[in-house]
Amino acid sequence: MKQSKKYPIYGIMAEFETPGAILKAAQTAHDAGYRVMDAYTPFPIEEVSEAVGFRRKDNRVALTSLIGGLLGGLGGYTLASSAAGVWFPLNIAGRPFIPWPMFIPVTFEATVLIAGLSAAIGMLIMNGLPSPYHPVFNVPRFNRVTTDRFFLCIEARDPKYDEGVVTEFLKSLNPTEVTLVQG
Amino acid sequence: MSAFQDDGPLVQAEPLAGYRDPSLTPIIGPTMTFRTITEKISDIVLEMDTPKWWFGTMLVGLAFTVGLLFAVTVLFFKGIGIWGNNQPVGWAWDITNFVWWIGIGHAGTFISAILFLVKQEWRNSINRFAEAMTIFAVMCAGMFPVLHLGRPWLAYWLFPLPNTMGVWPQFKSPLVWDVFAVSTYFTLSLTYWYLGMVPDLGTLRDRAKKTFQQKLYGFMSLGWRGSSKHWARYETAYLLLAGLCTPLVLSVHSVVSLDFSVGIVPGWHSTIFPPYFVAGAIFSGFALVLTLIIPARRLFGIKELITQRHIDNMGKVMLATGLIVGYSYVEEAFLGLVYPGNKYEHFLIMNRMFGPYAPFYWTLVLCNVITPQFLWWRKIRNNTIVLFILTIVINIGMWLERFEIIAVSLTRDYLPSSWGYFKPTIFDMMTFAGTLGFFLSAMLLFLRGMPMIPMYEEKMLLPASDPHGHAEEGIFLEETEEI
Repeated sequence: MKQSKKYPIYGIMAEFETPGAILKAAQTAHDAGYRVMDAYTPFPIEEVSEAVGFRRKDNRVALTSLIGGLLGGLGGYTLASSAAGVWFPLNIAGRPFIPWPMFIPVTFEATVLIAGLSAAIGMLIMNGLPSPYHPVFNVPRFNRVTTDRFFLCIEARDPKYDEGVVTEFLKSLNPTEVTLVQG
Repeated sequence: MSAFQDDGPLVQAEPLAGYRDPSLTPIIGPTMTFRTITEKISDIVLEMDTPKWWFGTMLVGLAFTVGLLFAVTVLFFKGIGIWGNNQPVGWAWDITNFVWWIGIGHAGTFISAILFLVKQEWRNSINRFAEAMTIFAVMCAGMFPVLHLGRPWLAYWLFPLPNTMGVWPQFKSPLVWDVFAVSTYFTLSLTYWYLGMVPDLGTLRDRAKKTFQQKLYGFMSLGWRGSSKHWARYETAYLLLAGLCTPLVLSVHSVVSLDFSVGIVPGWHSTIFPPYFVAGAIFSGFALVLTLIIPARRLFGIKELITQRHIDNMGKVMLATGLIVGYSYVEEAFLGLVYPGNKYEHFLIMNRMFGPYAPFYWTLVLCNVITPQFLWWRKIRNNTIVLFILTIVINIGMWLERFEIIAVSLTRDYLPSSWGYFKPTIFDMMTFAGTLGFFLSAMLLFLRGMPMIPMYEEKMLLPASDPHGHAEEGIFLEETEEI
């Protein structure tokens, strides 16, 4: 792994017990000038995402879904009208080969299908999932993140990163525990 | 209470939906914390010894599934002549079962998507359960049209695949729309269900002690680590899927109903069908959710997560949709009996009410119109035993309704010389009972191996989840003691 060679240490992680504490910690860290960090929580807390520097422009799931939906709808309509009008035209009592209203159900279903799959798959890809291994899993108590604990990790890639300073800083936030995260 | 009055406005900033009106039972038990929610739900999967009743019920389910396999094997060798279908009744139990099962599935999507969009927080504890039901119900539904094809091994011809014969599906036909509607519905329901489960599978992975469990849930959780950046995208994707599933749930049964209303058979050819079918679908679906959830919450001891309030609310939805269904019956009868000019519709209604299948008609009126009226009473909605019986009666009624529309309409159409009578065979019965068994076994597997209640969504219902609440987990307990 390229990253772990360059940064043998992934970052430093602090553990908190409440949503309020993690929000305050993330905001304080941001105010202190740290930029490359992430918080880990058992359930979504919108403000924490914002506090660790996640901006609206980083979230392209909706756009992906929109593009997928448009392409899906276009594909569905093209498929139906090509099959009925070009590849296998059936003359039934002189009725039109391409009656567009009859193709709306298929167009609609294709739109919804591709839009939904784009949202789901796009979200996974943008999140870098599936990723069975990640350095944060090396923290022994990290398995409580999916139960009731909240973690803040300042990563080694941060320009202001300095092991001693960051450790002291995180300790000043009243965490339950501060741990070095092996890369 | 008084100890917290100083920061009162903050603690009370966003009270839980259930607590806005103290006369209502809360949607989550007062003793629940992040930890107890997690333990309660994940222990059912990871720690609990499989109870005896589970094996017993599973055995019954599997026995019926074996019956299904047998019936289907015979069908593959002999063709659909083993069923009671014959001219003029070409669509009988098979399509009835298809429509009934698809309808059952609608409650799941209704609960998980529509109630999510309108922020009905009580749906959080029943949505996963109901979605699982949707998926298994659509699986059962999908079997029937395929088995009814005559040559089921050519089922892939339903899809628009380029082939050497140069033949394509007829895109002007509702039957092709149906293929698209049902397969889209199944794919998206499965995606929505699985996506919603990923964080909870992460929880199971982290709490699992046996290697097999760690590997299984580790694989399925896709390496979910609760990163707040992931959560932001995840929530967008979840919201979008809810938004997309909402028109989908309304469209699927509408398209199914077009299979009939585009045909010219009296009893099929009606513009009221799409809303009528959708209402009936949600009606029967909620009934089945209740049929399953009433015993499940007792057997798994999760009454604090699926409270009386949920039961009560589902009763109300059933009442509302039941009234729409009842209205549709009245409208059909009005068109046939009172509205002048259509003697075939008139004959159809007379045939339904007083013809050879009249007992079915009156049973279905009893089941679907009279029975839901009991739900006006809060006492009945809160009496789980009475409600349990009501839900079964309603689902029998809904099945009869589908049969009445599909098969009975076909027995007597325009030409008296081609009238007929439909009787099911043992294979009809085995196939239908078999899908019920398959459904039951699949639900039992789900209850045993998957988190049946979304843990992370439940945690978001606790006041302690509000970062501005200054609420330690304990406060919740004291605050709610009086309720």
